[in-house]
Amino acid sequence: MQTVWFIIISVMLAVYVVLDGFDFGAGIVHLCVAKTDSERRTVLAAIGPVWDGNEVWLLASGGVLVFAFPKAYAAGFSGFYMALMMVLWLLILRGVSIEFRSKEKNHLWRSFWDGVFFFSSTLMAIVLGAALGNVIRGVPVDSTGYFAGPLFTNFLLGPHPGVLDWYTVLVGVFAVLTLAGHGVLYLIWKTNGEVQNRAKRLAVPTWGAVLLVGILATIATWIVRPEIYTRIAARPWIIILVAGVVGGLIAVFVNLKSGKELGAFLGSACFIVSLLAATAAGLYPNILVSTLSPADNITAFNAASGRYGLHVGLGWWILAIILTTGYFIYLFHSFRGKVELNEEGY
Amino acid sequence: MSDLSWSRFQFGFTVSYHYLFPQLTMGLALLIVIFKVLALRRNDTHFDDIAKFWAKIFAINFAMGVVTGIPMEFQFGTNWGQFSNRAGGVVGLPLAMEGLFAFFAESSFLGLFLFGERKLGPKGHLGAAIMVLVGSWLSGYFIIATNAFMQHPVGYRMTSNGLFELSNFPAFIFNPWAIWQYCHNMCASVVTSSFVVTAVGSFWMLMGWYKEHATRILKVSISVGLLFSLLQLFPTGDRQGKMVAYYQPTALAGMEGKFHSSAPADLVIIGQPDVDDQTLQNPIVVPKVLSFLAYGSFGAEVKGLDAFPRDQWPDNVELLYYVYHIMVGLGTMLIGVMLLSFILLRMGRLFSSRWLLWILMLAFPFPYIATIAGWMTAELGRQPWVVWQLMRTSQGTSPYVSGGNVAFSALGFMGLYALLSFIFLFLVGRVVAQGPETKPVPVGKEA
Repeated sequence: MQTVWFIIISVMLAVYVVLDGFDFGAGIVHLCVAKTDSERRTVLAAIGPVWDGNEVWLLASGGVLVFAFPKAYAAGFSGFYMALMMVLWLLILRGVSIEFRSKEKNHLWRSFWDGVFFFSSTLMAIVLGAALGNVIRGVPVDSTGYFAGPLFTNFLLGPHPGVLDWYTVLVGVFAVLTLAGHGVLYLIWKTNGEVQNRAKRLAVPTWGAVLLVGILATIATWIVRPEIYTRIAARPWIIILVAGVVGGLIAVFVNLKSGKELGAFLGSACFIVSLLAATAAGLYPNILVSTLSPADNITAFNAASGRYGLHVGLGWWILAIILTTGYFIYLFHSFRGKVELNEEGY
Repeated sequence: MSDLSWSRFQFGFTVSYHYLFPQLTMGLALLIVIFKVLALRRNDTHFDDIAKFWAKIFAINFAMGVVTGIPMEFQFGTNWGQFSNRAGGVVGLPLAMEGLFAFFAESSFLGLFLFGERKLGPKGHLGAAIMVLVGSWLSGYFIIATNAFMQHPVGYRMTSNGLFELSNFPAFIFNPWAIWQYCHNMCASVVTSSFVVTAVGSFWMLMGWYKEHATRILKVSISVGLLFSLLQLFPTGDRQGKMVAYYQPTALAGMEGKFHSSAPADLVIIGQPDVDDQTLQNPIVVPKVLSFLAYGSFGAEVKGLDAFPRDQWPDNVELLYYVYHIMVGLGTMLIGVMLLSFILLRMGRLFSSRWLLWILMLAFPFPYIATIAGWMTAELGRQPWVVWQLMRTSQGTSPYVSGGNVAFSALGFMGLYALLSFIFLFLVGRVVAQGPETKPVPVGKEA
């Protein structure tokens, strides 16, 4: 049962990164791919109806984490206190920049929110990557089950690392590039005209950089936490996920070349999901690895809430996820095709 | 200030600010559905304009509600680590269900509601509005269910290492406390939105703008406002009060500024509590009424704070006393205003009674104040417990988060929210000034 919930949360977070990832990516690249006001509006119209629903995956994952693994939630959220407060401010700024930009035609107003949208999306992508880096690297959880994670210490690994060190910053850079690439592919799929042309020109260099930094990050992970690879080697079925990572990446380049817009986007979605799933599988059963002592690791087993609650919750979760899948299919179907600007909306 | 005080301040501040927005959107969702149904039924395009106008206000408020709501879910873990560690297995369930059932529905259908009218057609668009209503009202229930567990814990079991575990889901989710608290809260939300809608209608009426729209708005909003402000008092407020009297006698004593037990007990209308002296200064009271309201009999004994050990008293009796009296006092006045307006509306004299339109235009902040005061009553009355009589608030904080960390984030939130407030007021003010008439914008010139 604990394993089931571990998988549920990993999957929900992966879905979150794929969905909110493309609107983060759109925010990272929109200053480059969209120059005029109507081009910027095209970018916002492409993500406008869906970004809020995408972000709900983060909230829902958070809710599920509190409920299924309260100890992990309490330790992680209190340990990353300062980092999370900044995440909150960035999410607030990002949300209002998308929603409020269109409410006033003054070009200074609009430029201001464009800047805020770029700034908050980029920093959020770095933070998401750094968060993943922290989970992989481990945090100084002690025997009380809590830890104090300062924003930075000396940027080196060790028993008391900060949230930002050379490794997590590297993963953060990787995340920015990946989400930028993901967003570019989304924009190629959903837009046409000048925005699409610029996005097309940006796609191959961005994904080339993803490949390069990805290789670096893979090597760095080997140095930081080799157990992940030994676990992956010991669980042969994970090879499917590794194949998904490689296959997704190949699909991105192949489909970009042959002009299959949706195919390229789905390739990057496959890449992201497989990468996160393989990481989760490599970490399992750990949720938060302790840098102090393996006995203090927070795992799916020592952090789970009671059995009865987990059973009740599973029934509701299945029902909810069926409904949600329906909503999302209907939503994306309703806004299918290339975006068109009209006087309502963004 | 200690980390506990800073965390309490930050949570109280961020949650009060957040709740300025959902209390409008939940009620407004209902009013928008009513306007849309009237537009379809009566084939009256004015109601369509009105629904569209309020959808714009709704969208701005909804965005503010979303962005200020995210910090709430995070803070359970960031600031109240020990509380979420021990109680997360129980209170996490409604939080998870809120995300899964309410937020997904709301966010998906809001996009369709705001941008999909042309694609959906009038009936489909009404359907999207109804889904937004259902999503937001469900969301409210899950949050209330979470709070109700903290006020009146049921359906749980305590494990040997002191963790709360869910043991009876139906008992937990249908907590009687949750049901009455929910009804009381949702009525308040409809009252707030009725007053806001009425204020805009009165403003246009006084300015002589959009008369056709203003008359329709006022007829609907005053009728709805009267109905729900009465429901707010009875039965929901009455039942909520009786539950406090029964399950949280210390909270009742603090709310009433009642230091000494007595039978019968008087209802305090005005007075200033002096906690050191344990007296109420300059009191104006109605004899015996508190006994009746709390226990249904004019002779019943009501316990004062002196009946309980000092370490179980609410830790801020003065504030608790005042917020409760502000809530009740304002609630009563709001009923009065709506009743008078409704009578004049029926007599056909409302639109010529400019003095009353002035009052209606200026009254809209007061239901907000009453609602926030009501929530403060619930939360201050629960102190010193975070889970009633099972876990103290002081045991709920995050062990490694210092007062300095929380002070930093609390000040950050205050600054950011001050900025948001200016932007919000500017945008809402503009929408109100633009009015409900949809002027088609020539294509290509909109940028």
